[in-house]
Amino acid sequence: MSRLRRVLPYPLLFLALLGMWLLMTQSLSAGQILLGSVVAFGGCWAMVALDPPAARLRRPGAVARLAGRVFVDVFRSNLAVGSIILGSEDRRTHSGFMSLRLDLTSPYGLAVLAIILTCTPGTQWVRYDPSRRVLMLHVLDLVDDRYWVRTIKERYESLLMEIFE
Amino acid sequence: MSAPDLPLWAAILVSFFLVAGALVTLLGSIGLWRLPDFYARLHAPSLGATLGTGLILVASMICFSVLQGRPLVHEVLIGLFVTITTPVTLMLLASASLYRDRVEGNDAAPKKDPPPTEL
Repeated sequence: MSRLRRVLPYPLLFLALLGMWLLMTQSLSAGQILLGSVVAFGGCWAMVALDPPAARLRRPGAVARLAGRVFVDVFRSNLAVGSIILGSEDRRTHSGFMSLRLDLTSPYGLAVLAIILTCTPGTQWVRYDPSRRVLMLHVLDLVDDRYWVRTIKERYESLLMEIFE
Repeated sequence: MSAPDLPLWAAILVSFFLVAGALVTLLGSIGLWRLPDFYARLHAPSLGATLGTGLILVASMICFSVLQGRPLVHEVLIGLFVTITTPVTLMLLASASLYRDRVEGNDAAPKKDPPPTEL
């Protein structure tokens, strides 16, 4: 295992980069596999130079559940924001800032949460203060801020903590 | 340019997804105009970046899979890269705007962070 790690420091990253290369070139010929392997190998060693903090991905089941939830929520929030945009002036002026305390501390978990919250229309990550563990958000439909705290903590944060911590 | 030669069922499916995706993206652009301030407008482009892009990519997958007679799914890479990169731009814009509003003392941003909401 350690010998493999010395030659190939990130085996999963290698497979992902190789898969991406083959998808982009749309072929499974030996030449493309060889070329893709060289690119993926270079990518892995570039990652070593960046020296990222160690990450452990646990529970693939939780990853799949999170992906399913995000898919459903992106669809729903698209409909919600669409109806706000077409709605009356009164509905369009309920936006505002809010803060919440996060229990999640893993940098990768926070990055994924930032992507989820910014990608779903209606919530926008503004800034996170790591010393107080407080996240500030901008919400388009800010009628009940406790609803958003519950949604973020129960739907995303608990699963992200299972996956990354 | 000539239209691709698709069977009727595929042509109907492809045009449905293509028009739906274009409409969602248009709705996001209308949001840029109708929403009242900068922070609210930040929410509008993500309609086009998520559901709009997704529907157009599904249309592209069906069209080229039918035309070439084998499943083509490399469009998922476009979806993946758009999903990962859009938030970086939007978060940078939000922080820059918040910083500027606080330095200039504008009313759009609160002077202090709101206190954390407890359940």
